[in-house]
This record gives sequence, C-alpha cells and structure tokens, in this order.
Amino acid sequence: MAKPGPVRNERGAGGEAGKLRAVRGRALGGAPPELDRLIHERLRLGIVSALAVNDSLTFNELKKLMRTTDGNLSVHARRLEEAGYVTCTKSFEQRVPRTEYRLTPVGRRALERYLDHMEAIIHATREGK
Amino acid sequence: MATVTPLRQPDNDPPAPALHARAMDNLAFIRDTMETAGKFTAVSGWGMVLVGFTALAAAAVAAQQPTPQRWLFTWLAAAVFAPVIQLLAIAYKLRTADTPLLQGSARKFLLSFVPPMLAGALLTVVFYRADLVPMLPALWLLLYGSAIVAAGAFSVQIVPVLGAAFMLAGAVAFFAPPEWNNWIMAAAFGGLHVGFGVPIARRYGG
Repeated sequence: MAKPGPVRNERGAGGEAGKLRAVRGRALGGAPPELDRLIHERLRLGIVSALAVNDSLTFNELKKLMRTTDGNLSVHARRLEEAGYVTCTKSFEQRVPRTEYRLTPVGRRALERYLDHMEAIIHATREGK
Repeated sequence: MATVTPLRQPDNDPPAPALHARAMDNLAFIRDTMETAGKFTAVSGWGMVLVGFTALAAAAVAAQQPTPQRWLFTWLAAAVFAPVIQLLAIAYKLRTADTPLLQGSARKFLLSFVPPMLAGALLTVVFYRADLVPMLPALWLLLYGSAIVAAGAFSVQIVPVLGAAFMLAGAVAFFAPPEWNNWIMAAAFGGLHVGFGVPIARRYGG
C-alpha cells in the first residue's frame, strides 16, 4: 500500500470546488452535502484523517506522517484549530516543548460529511453513465 | 526582439482528471493516511487463529460423515461457533484497547460484515432445499470473502486481502469436483484464518 505522498501546498481549487458543490449527492442524512473546503486541502485532510484513527498525535508525529515542513504544518494545523476541528495542547516533557493535537467532535463530523460528499460524487458519476 | 516561449504548453498538458477520479483519489488518500497513521484494527488476529483451528476440527469431523446432510450440519455447527469466538475475541481486544465495541471503525466493520452473512444464511436454506449442498462451500466462501472485503474497507489493508483470498477460494470451489469441497473448506476456513490471523495479531495489537 502506498503511503501518503508528500503533501503539496494549497491549490487554487475554486473552480473544482464549485463543480463539487454542484453535485447532487446522496448523503446518508438525505440532503446533499456541502463541500468543506477547509479539509478539502490535502494537508488538512491528511491531518484530520490521521487524527481520526488516533486519540492524539504530536506535532512531530504529524510532520513525519505528512512529510511536510514545520511551517507548512503549523499554518494548516492552526486553520483547523481556528475552525474548531482540532484542539492543540502545548506542554513540556522533560523541558522539551510538546504540541499535541486531537480531533474534536466537530472535526470528526466534518470528516464524515466530506467522506459522504466524495461518495456522493462517485455515485452521481456512476448513475450518470 | 527575442521570441517568448511560454513555459506551459497548453496542448501538451494532460487532461484534468474527471471529478469522480478526484473523489476516488481523495478517498484513497484518506484511507492511506488512516492506515499509515493507525496501528490498530478491531479484528482479532488470535480470534481468527482460534476460528481457523475450529474449522480444521470441523473439516476432520465432516470428512467422516456418511451423508451430505450430516456433513452440512457439522459445518453449520462450526459456523455457529466461529462468529461467537470472533466476537468475543474482538470484544476482548477492544476492551483491552479501551475502545467501545460499537464505536467508530469497529461499528462500521460489523455493519458491513453482517449483511453478506445474512444473505449467506438465507441462501444456504435455498440451496439445501434445491438439493445443491455440493455448491454450498463455494457460496459460503464467496459471501464470507465479500463480507470481509466490504468490512475491510474500514480496517487495515491485510483484512480486505484476506477477504479476496476467500473469494478466490470460493471461485475455485465452484469449478472444483465436489469431492474436493472438504479440503477447500479446510484450506480456506482453517488455513487462511490461521495464516492471516498470526500476522494480524503480531502487527495490530492482538
């Protein structure tokens, strides 16, 4: 299984996002889901996905997992934190700073909605053939 | 004046991937990330090993049975014990990992696993009434394999591979002579469970 590749910087996905939003999905909840552009970006999607299967991950663990730089991870993690998708706890472990991230219930729901949206796109395409 | 050569050659650009291809790529990315980041699967490797030994014992007993009906009842008895063993093993594994049984990926795993198994139970009755008992091993293996493949979408990669191996065994059983049925059942339900159970237990927490 291929591991997640190096994460690229945020792309201008406005046109694609517009198309995605237009898809009439079959969300589990009934209504077509809206595309969450906050986690549509690859690095943020990777952070949320990794935290979804772990109770918590440190900054260094996420950096290694996402194969990205300190600055890039820091910026994107902060965007997720501001949206309430993750929480960030800073502490010291033997005088070494330790930053730990956790997925919030809001973030978990956002990931589930995003998964629904992707599935809806695939369904819509298959039904359209 | 010097000529200007555009850096991008529009005619040579590959076409943009289709929307559904991007969606599938995103889903694959999420799954890859989860698998790489996760070190745990709800599936109990040791539970699978126990189920495998139960199947090997059932195969030995079933081989001694004089009629197809008694052969069938032997395997049905094993089919009742196997999920009980696996569920108890999963519950134990999740309890030791402090994860509630019906939460998150474990819940999705069970919800994906159960429907093909219920279909298998119903079709077993239909095949039995239609006097198609020799076809049952292929049916069981295919449906069990498809249940594992479906449920394995929410687990580590080795789990859907196990499901595919069962489906392959089922396909072989459909075209093999009926007298091979018991061997195929022993190899699949016994051998595959033990063969995959040990690495799952070692790599993914029990």
